[in-house]
Amino acid sequence: MADVAFMLLIFFIVSTTMNVDSGIYRLLPQWVDNVEPPKINKRNTFVLLINRNNDLLINSEFAQTSEVKDRVKEFILNPRNLPNLSEKEEVEIEGIGAYNRSKGIISLQNDRGTDYGAYIAIQNELVKAFRELRDELAYSVFGQNFNKLSEDKQEAITKAVPTAVSEAEPVEYIK
Amino acid sequence: MSRFSRKGKSKGIPPISTASMPDIVFMLLFFFMVTTTLRETTVKVTQRLPEATEVVKLEKKSLVSYIYVGSPRQEYQRLYGTESRIQLDDDWAVVEDIRGYIAGEWEKRDESDRPKMTVSLKADEKTKMGIVNEIKQELRKAEALKINYSSRKKVVDSKY
Repeated sequence: MADVAFMLLIFFIVSTTMNVDSGIYRLLPQWVDNVEPPKINKRNTFVLLINRNNDLLINSEFAQTSEVKDRVKEFILNPRNLPNLSEKEEVEIEGIGAYNRSKGIISLQNDRGTDYGAYIAIQNELVKAFRELRDELAYSVFGQNFNKLSEDKQEAITKAVPTAVSEAEPVEYIK
Repeated sequence: MSRFSRKGKSKGIPPISTASMPDIVFMLLFFFMVTTTLRETTVKVTQRLPEATEVVKLEKKSLVSYIYVGSPRQEYQRLYGTESRIQLDDDWAVVEDIRGYIAGEWEKRDESDRPKMTVSLKADEKTKMGIVNEIKQELRKAEALKINYSSRKKVVDSKY
């Protein structure tokens, strides 16, 4: 009996793969036919473009991947109320109260020839920026990190800092 | 010195009892049987996933459908070239097939699980965004909006 058990054991040891799948979660927008792009004030858009050479351009200027996170955070928070960063609107949020929510939208654009790896690197920075924004707000309001909060508190924080990332339809850019 | 040596005839070390060996083997066997997930599909494309730090584990495997994208592996390159291709289950596919595939996956799940269905996009980091964008548009049309960009966890040395 031990022999049979051994044989099975070896079979299972050999065939086992213990990889855990992980990745970046995203929610795609609903499909709508012929939608007109909403009019957004220029100061409320933060344009990230990755061109076919995998160069990153922020508002048409070359930039590094490492600065994306801080610039997105500055754009959303706009701590000194600069006129070239996002506007804010006061909203009433259950659990937090009156909050100056940013109207800013991050527009992520890419070329058909952009590498997927470069795109994921930027997506990762955006996720990180929004996670840090939420953590900071959660810490200042509830004194705890975002993922330690209860569900309705998390919802309130998410309402105050929505993931405002818009991915444009792909466009062909000329070099 | 004779104080340290055993008095009488030395018996040597007694052999280890093997009576409990089957128990141990069975225990290991059950462990591996329970943790094993057999690979259902053979991936025919090269898969070097991009690196990311903000990764979340995919929890319920049964609710996940996979889309593989990448350049065909060497043994398929003679037939399919090196251009990035899509693989659904075990077959090569084109972008238009995705909608049917998602509908099929949708049918397979219980009604209560359907809203939680996730699509895991396993794309090689060298894939061009053109094909990825087309896939995303198809997923939107198929109303499979939950997407997971499969990536490897990058280890960053913390500053703190």
